[in-house]
Amino acid sequence: MASNQSKNIDLVLKVWRQKGPKNEGQFVDYQAKGVSTDASFLEMLDAVNEQIIADGGDPIAFDHDCREGICGSCGFMIDGEAHGPERSTTVCQLHMRHFKDGDKIVLEPWRAQAFPIIKDLMVDRTALDRIISAGGYVSVNTGTAQDANNLPVRKRDADEAFEAATCIGCGACVASCKNASAMLFTSAKVSHLSLLPQGQVEREERVLNMVAQMDAEGFGACSNTGACSVSCPKGIDLTTIARLNREYVAAAMNKHDAGQKLGDG
Amino acid sequence: MVTLDSKIPSGSIEEKWDKHKFGMKLVNPANRRKYNVIVVGTGLAGASAAASLGEMGYNVKAFCIHESPRRAHSVAAQGGINAAKNYQNDGDSVYRLFYDTVKGGDFRAREANVHRLAQVSVNIIDQCVAQGVPFARDYAGLLANRSFGGAQVSRTFYARGQTGQQLLIGAYSAMMRQVESKQVELLYRREMLDLVVIDGKARGIIVRNLLTGEVESHVADAVILATGGYSNVFYLSTNAMACAVTAAWRAHKRGAYFANPCYTQIHPTCIPVHGENQSKLTLMSESLRNDGRVWVPKNKGDKRPASEIPDDERDYFLERIYPSFGNLAPRDVASRQAKYRVDEGRGVGSTGVAVNLDFRDSINRLGEEAIAARYGNLFQMYQKITGENPYKVPMMIYPAPHYTMGGLWVDYNLMSTIPGLFVAGEANFSDHGANRLGASALMQGLADGYFVLPYTVGNYLAGTNLEKVSPAHDGFKEAHQGVQQELQKLLSIKGGRTVESFHKELGRTMWEYCGMGRNEAGLKKALESIPKLREEFWNNVKVPGDLNYVNPELEKASRVADFLEQGELMCLDALERKESCGGHFREEYQTSEGEAQRDDENFCHVAAWEWQGTNKKQSLHKEALTFENVKLATRSYK
Repeated sequence: MASNQSKNIDLVLKVWRQKGPKNEGQFVDYQAKGVSTDASFLEMLDAVNEQIIADGGDPIAFDHDCREGICGSCGFMIDGEAHGPERSTTVCQLHMRHFKDGDKIVLEPWRAQAFPIIKDLMVDRTALDRIISAGGYVSVNTGTAQDANNLPVRKRDADEAFEAATCIGCGACVASCKNASAMLFTSAKVSHLSLLPQGQVEREERVLNMVAQMDAEGFGACSNTGACSVSCPKGIDLTTIARLNREYVAAAMNKHDAGQKLGDG
Repeated sequence: MVTLDSKIPSGSIEEKWDKHKFGMKLVNPANRRKYNVIVVGTGLAGASAAASLGEMGYNVKAFCIHESPRRAHSVAAQGGINAAKNYQNDGDSVYRLFYDTVKGGDFRAREANVHRLAQVSVNIIDQCVAQGVPFARDYAGLLANRSFGGAQVSRTFYARGQTGQQLLIGAYSAMMRQVESKQVELLYRREMLDLVVIDGKARGIIVRNLLTGEVESHVADAVILATGGYSNVFYLSTNAMACAVTAAWRAHKRGAYFANPCYTQIHPTCIPVHGENQSKLTLMSESLRNDGRVWVPKNKGDKRPASEIPDDERDYFLERIYPSFGNLAPRDVASRQAKYRVDEGRGVGSTGVAVNLDFRDSINRLGEEAIAARYGNLFQMYQKITGENPYKVPMMIYPAPHYTMGGLWVDYNLMSTIPGLFVAGEANFSDHGANRLGASALMQGLADGYFVLPYTVGNYLAGTNLEKVSPAHDGFKEAHQGVQQELQKLLSIKGGRTVESFHKELGRTMWEYCGMGRNEAGLKKALESIPKLREEFWNNVKVPGDLNYVNPELEKASRVADFLEQGELMCLDALERKESCGGHFREEYQTSEGEAQRDDENFCHVAAWEWQGTNKKQSLHKEALTFENVKLATRSYK
């Protein structure tokens, strides 16, 4: 719906172009003319791509799908900020009314060792899936569940678990961290499940395995600067990291004690 | 010709599924690892099927078009999932959910399938809670419910406005657990471009690796398609950009019948279109109609801001026309009424193509905080897109294509007309008739994946003699070559129009002639123009780049090529169905009050279409529908 303040603006985009993981990349300038301020950032890029195709060029590659801010596909750096200048927003939900006529905008892919560049603004984030495979679940086979209301969950815990579970796995937390750490992502899942009664049985193994996988993928360590939480489109709270740390220490100590008792060090 | 045998078990409606489960053949646990099952699509239906089959011990290969299964469009479902738990003690039961769904579907669904869906709905909630899905709860720690359209009980479970996301993460995590234990092999960024049929049975698929461009062959003993719906035939819809009919369509061209393609759901509450460059439409959950009131000004052309229009000059038209269901009238009914108001010149906003969804009264009654707790993320999304604050001014909404009830024809076992090809979730046609009720898509996707396919796939495998085949088989070689050639062809046309422009033109035609209102003259016009557009596409499309690397334009091109065929079939189906039912509204067949008028004597059937070759008219097969439990009656929500 055209809002009353709708107008058209001209922009210059400075976009990171890189043909493939092994190619060298560079910034290339593009003109985006007559952009409606009602358009989303990705719709603006669509129009630029249509122009590039018409001119016989190779359109800018970027991941995107739902365009509703929930699938986690889209995401790149806009002027050095993950998902751009608006808080709690994915690129697909960023609208051009937040930009001014004549702005020059720099677009770069997520930069992290664990996210190799595929092409242009597309990166490979499958490392996040592997962190989930390492333990981000409750091991319950289909058909083995009891009646859902046999397991009351304190509302406060359910709400807090939900907040952590809203993570969309976009990788903005990694991209905005100076260490390219995946702590906010990992801690969101650890928090979601450790807050719920269903998650108790595997609580210790889960945190140990997920952290081990995170390290194995080449994500950096957390130094608690909080940039991740600021850039998170779902506003996942830093307290999830504090919870992960507590869970981790407790689990590591219990494992150590159990090992001593069993005599296997 | 294949005869349509729905394989509905005998017995009373309550016993059918249990009896059938007992009658099905089983694969001994030790033998399951000898079978390879391919699952295409990893949304709710696909991920839950892959996880469950993996847990049972089958070798599963799951194909995901995205870079992670968590991106599947099930993630975007907002409002909730129905289940006949009767936790609210408000008179719900399996039978009532069954009844509401048959009636909501305007008596065009198969009773037996719908009853099974209602039966397993309760197991779904148990399973999801056990997985740690954080559903909304009350202060006693028990599960909360809300109401959805077409029902007078509260049976919808929800996780704020992100129910689809939470259920998908549950199914995705369950599948990732099987990936970790190597029962499921997950193949990322693969798009299915053909089905391989050998000796009349589905034996594998041809996919394109979207990163390397390589065309690959994968062999299996059974293939499950869980590849979603085809609303993107309209170009503008609430579907994600990658949602396409391609996998289903390629299977159709290999012999799987396509059923009821004209049954499409136009969702009443979406953010209206803003301009030419818009790439998609965004849904505002039906759950908002629990607390929002839909209205337009009583006077034509009243352009005053909503706050200046007094109550007695507002027309709360759903409450006026349907006093017992009010704002919770089913989707097809609510959409049509919004269209009528706009057609009367009483639409709102700068384009006049919208109606108000107003929270003023609920905010006054419950407070802003309570409304934020229920719909916070939806209000935020609305504000981001439109720049307007829905706590202060009414939302403006208008119907948009959202879901497709039609899909590949399947029998009671969810098997298509090709033995060994199963179809689940939105991709099949089976449970929603001519109109799906809100919060039933998540239910059906998970029912199919968790609780139906694990039995019926085993039954097929145990009872079928399958020869060993390899990718070197002629069937695979022929399909592989065909895919390769078609992709090359798309790249070699080097015409003057972009893929996008063809898609937009097709979308406009579909929306105009096969959208909310359809008539004979319009459909005939569309049936003339679509083949012409398709011909132009194959002579004048411009696809940049090459085959052997990331090429989103090439991906789009083959999807649009399929929509250009499937759109034609939709119009043909809509033309042949000379009645109105649910989401299929033929303007010639309506009551004096503008409601859909069914013709049960001539159209109480499933229309299943058989591919006859490119540019040839498809042939129609009919599966008669019988209603032994819910008596055929005119739907009334008054």
